[in-house]
Amino acid sequence: MSSRLPQGGRLIDRSTRMAFTFNGTPMTGFRGDTLASALLANGQRLMGRSFKYHRPRGVVTSGAEEPNALVNLGRGDRLEPNQRATTTPLFDGLTARSQNHWPSLEYDIGEVNVALSRFLPAGFYYKTFIHPRVAWKHVFEPFIRQSAGLGKAPKKPDPDRYEHFYAHVDVVIAGAGMAGLQAALVAGRAGLNVLLCEQEGHAGGRLPVDGGMADADGWIEGTVAALAAMPNVTMRLNTQVSGVYDHGYVLAYERIADDAPGSDAPRHRLWRIRARHVIAATGALERPLSFAGNDKPGVMLASALRDYIVNYGVSAGDRTVIVTNNDDAYRTALAIKAAGLDVPCIVDARPEVTGDLPARARAAGIEVKTGMGIAEVRGRKGVTGVRLCRQAGSGVPVEEVACDAVAMSGGWSPVVHLWSHCGGKLTWDDAGAFFRPDHARPPTNQDGAGFVTCLGAADGALVTQDALSNADAMARQVVGALGVKPAAADLPETDSVAEAPLMPVWVMPHGAGPKKRAKMWLDFQNDVKVSDVQLAAQEGFESVEHTKRYTTLGMATDQGKLSNINGLAILAEARGAAIPDVGTTTFRPPYTPISMGAIAGEARGEIFQPLRRTPIHDWHAGRGAYWEPVGYWRRPYCFPQEDESHADAVAREIDATRNGVGLLDASTLGKIIVKGPDAGRFMDMLYTNMMSSLKPGRCRYGLMCNENGFLMDDGVVARLNDDTFLVHTTTGGADHVHAHMEDWLQCEWWDWQVFTANVTEAWAQIAVVGPKARTVLEKLGTGIDLSAEGLPFMAWAEGRIGGFDARVFRISFSGELSFEVAVPASQGLAFWEALMEAGGEFGITPYGTEALHVMRAEKGFIMIGDETDGTVIPQDLGLDWAISKKKDDYLGKRAHERSHMTDPERWKLVGLETVDGSVLPDGSYAIAEGENANGQRNTQGRVTSTYYSPTLGKGIAMGLVLNGPDRMGEVLTFNTTEVPERGGPPKTIEAQIVSPVFYDPEGEKQNV
Amino acid sequence: MLIFTCPYCGIAAEETELTPGGEAHLKRYGPGSSDDDFEEYLFLRPNAKGVHFERWRHSHGCGKWFLAARDTATLEVFGTYSAQTTEPPAEIVTAIRAKRPDWSPA
Repeated sequence: MSSRLPQGGRLIDRSTRMAFTFNGTPMTGFRGDTLASALLANGQRLMGRSFKYHRPRGVVTSGAEEPNALVNLGRGDRLEPNQRATTTPLFDGLTARSQNHWPSLEYDIGEVNVALSRFLPAGFYYKTFIHPRVAWKHVFEPFIRQSAGLGKAPKKPDPDRYEHFYAHVDVVIAGAGMAGLQAALVAGRAGLNVLLCEQEGHAGGRLPVDGGMADADGWIEGTVAALAAMPNVTMRLNTQVSGVYDHGYVLAYERIADDAPGSDAPRHRLWRIRARHVIAATGALERPLSFAGNDKPGVMLASALRDYIVNYGVSAGDRTVIVTNNDDAYRTALAIKAAGLDVPCIVDARPEVTGDLPARARAAGIEVKTGMGIAEVRGRKGVTGVRLCRQAGSGVPVEEVACDAVAMSGGWSPVVHLWSHCGGKLTWDDAGAFFRPDHARPPTNQDGAGFVTCLGAADGALVTQDALSNADAMARQVVGALGVKPAAADLPETDSVAEAPLMPVWVMPHGAGPKKRAKMWLDFQNDVKVSDVQLAAQEGFESVEHTKRYTTLGMATDQGKLSNINGLAILAEARGAAIPDVGTTTFRPPYTPISMGAIAGEARGEIFQPLRRTPIHDWHAGRGAYWEPVGYWRRPYCFPQEDESHADAVAREIDATRNGVGLLDASTLGKIIVKGPDAGRFMDMLYTNMMSSLKPGRCRYGLMCNENGFLMDDGVVARLNDDTFLVHTTTGGADHVHAHMEDWLQCEWWDWQVFTANVTEAWAQIAVVGPKARTVLEKLGTGIDLSAEGLPFMAWAEGRIGGFDARVFRISFSGELSFEVAVPASQGLAFWEALMEAGGEFGITPYGTEALHVMRAEKGFIMIGDETDGTVIPQDLGLDWAISKKKDDYLGKRAHERSHMTDPERWKLVGLETVDGSVLPDGSYAIAEGENANGQRNTQGRVTSTYYSPTLGKGIAMGLVLNGPDRMGEVLTFNTTEVPERGGPPKTIEAQIVSPVFYDPEGEKQNV
Repeated sequence: MLIFTCPYCGIAAEETELTPGGEAHLKRYGPGSSDDDFEEYLFLRPNAKGVHFERWRHSHGCGKWFLAARDTATLEVFGTYSAQTTEPPAEIVTAIRAKRPDWSPA
């Protein structure tokens, strides 16, 4: 049974108690506890269930690598799943629930015992859930979804605040353990700009726990103070360097208010750092040993066990058996003894054990059993004893030792993640049996130079003195490479102990049979065992990346921090290959999961993205506009009055416009000036039709294709004077059309004398539309002759209207008499209000984008994005009249000659009218006889736009249809998404092919 | 996240300030060109692993297009230069040769 020790615990404050609950049970801990240490202190060793077999699991580590102790933290809108108890600081009022069990943590119906688990081998899903195909959707997937999944997703929006910080530094150091602190001293004293990040809430790392320096706490405190006094050094605790990216971009994840829910502070902060160099002083992680029953609650890493004793004054058990293949685990035995608890024996796989640490253990009266291993762990929900065997044999038990905890150590692996994120290569270290950075092949930056350095234990220097010298020397190299001469060396004294070499042990005992191997866990969270990796190898999975995905080894939330090397070793052995030849899987950022809130930062709600407003935006809002997002703009979709439905509002707006006068805020339309001696020549290349022949004072509708020949934008071009054109683009197209122009001007025709300027926001543009449009403008008073002769269709003029400086374009997208009037943006709202006032007696009505769309469809005008989708050419849309035959070249001309573009079978634009007058469903396909090669029904056309036309009192649509223009009057059958009657055929709808111009085909209304 | 120094405004610009524009130094084939030439111009890219010349626009900066020589595997940048060239300038070729002695322009 785990418990709180009567004294000790360098990180806790026994004078401040914290109340919390676990699965509803009230418990208390101390300030400075983690949730894991507090649970252990309360005797709660069972903390969760595994993913696949729902086996009972206790905490196995004391840090970020924890695979088992994951909890649902908080409740309501602050519920967060999969939080590691080992890195969750305890606070007063914390609530935690264990995961992945039903009905309770103690009694789980889903628990699969070992006998049954042999029916769930590696690759189980791939093997089992293949046939029949329909069963996947209705049987397998619902079943898997029900039983799988860790934690619960919160259902409410996150109430907390998050933010991003930006930093530009010379050196970012990950880890403020002994090596990181020494590196920070070297870099700081050299005058470099240093950011030192430590993922834990305290500096010093393992040094105070592991010993090696007489006054470790004193040195740590002194060093932190020295760094704090340097203005060029910043140190952040609770901040993990989580990812290293190209060219020295680094992300760090700072947890600020996890232990103070509801405080004013941002909860998390994401640091977006540019560093000239990254130092990874990330230490090493201890590896488990693979013996039967190594996943039972009470079996822990040896280092974690002494962390809990030294840092938190918590013991994992009263009688702890140590099992090891190295000297380091003896430190745990000594720590347990020092705490006044029992170590019945140390089980060391090495046949011969000498050296300083074992000698100290023996002197403390602890029996060391050499050449031995664990045959089996006794107990179901917790350890009750171990059976020991010879490591060299097959596992016949030679004795049983009663105990309630097991501390295991399989050696240590340097944390090389940050080295590997950008492609740094690793080399296998035979002596330590681990991968460490290959200094000859670092990740490289924009200059081709290495920009990440691992030092201390992260570089494979595991003994205190070695780690310190390594850190100092490597940091000096970094400083030198950044062009600064490091200051004189200043290394603290150590009293580090020499350690005897470890003996690699990948399976315990060495000759264990299949039954034992099926009880040896590699990946605790995902339930991957030694037998699974061996099976994968047998089935031909040679690549480590394939084996990982097939077995799910290392794919859990801990990303294989514990299981990686052990799994590789098993795979290598099964393949008869050396470990370095098998290689590792790829380390990818982030090092541990970071919150979605931190990634989003401030970009949420109203500032998720910028909002562009026209000068008349607030007027629309005041009139209850229903908004439609168009790019970054908001445009009124319609202006519903009181209880009016949107459909009724649109019908009213159209009716008022067609019979009186309507107003549209067209300010969002792109307006680009193209100016210069070669402007005409350039315009001829941009548009499919001839623009250089356009006369000043006139307008022309034009089509713009990309070099692939596909229609990308359309709009009206006005020639302002001899060398200046005003290009109108679609609302969404302004920026990319402008970029398109600049691309060709800068990169292809750079000797042409043309300037472009995007003046979209310099003007407010208002369409005054309808039979009364001219009357309203004339009532305002203008010197411009607006008569049919003075300003004919497709002409424009400049002058004053109602005291406003205005350009009037006689263009129409509705088929009505229409004037688009542009005034300086600053006068936009005043002009709009003047029009509303002048038009009052004629029932002037503002209309929105939906009325605009319906009216253009009634006239058969295409809309970019509806009739076009990046695969449509102007010829498909019957727009051949807008393609110049005279020009030698324009963008897209050569592409239009390609065989697929001239194929007579291309679908072409037609109008569609349902036989019953209803509205065709958007996106429907016209079905044809037979099926294609994939067994899908053949099609012969599709609907591109479809509306109810209040003007005509029926549904109208446009679509692209095979040989459409030649099939006028023919009736086609379209599919729908309506649910058919039980057993009945799919619902379809019939529509006749008609001209796409539904309204006023002669154009009499717009030419008055 | 890559960093390129814009040769026009001199700013060491981060990728988020830039818009990529694909391979540089393409020769445009217009009307009258053969199907093969046009296909090559429009679609066929060697997608080199190693030295690559490419187009970038400092779109959230000075707005200028520029060209860059970069190693697509190691992300090393050999230099940036004007978009108004039909082939890499001599100093860029020299800079690449200094780092990649085996490389020669296609």
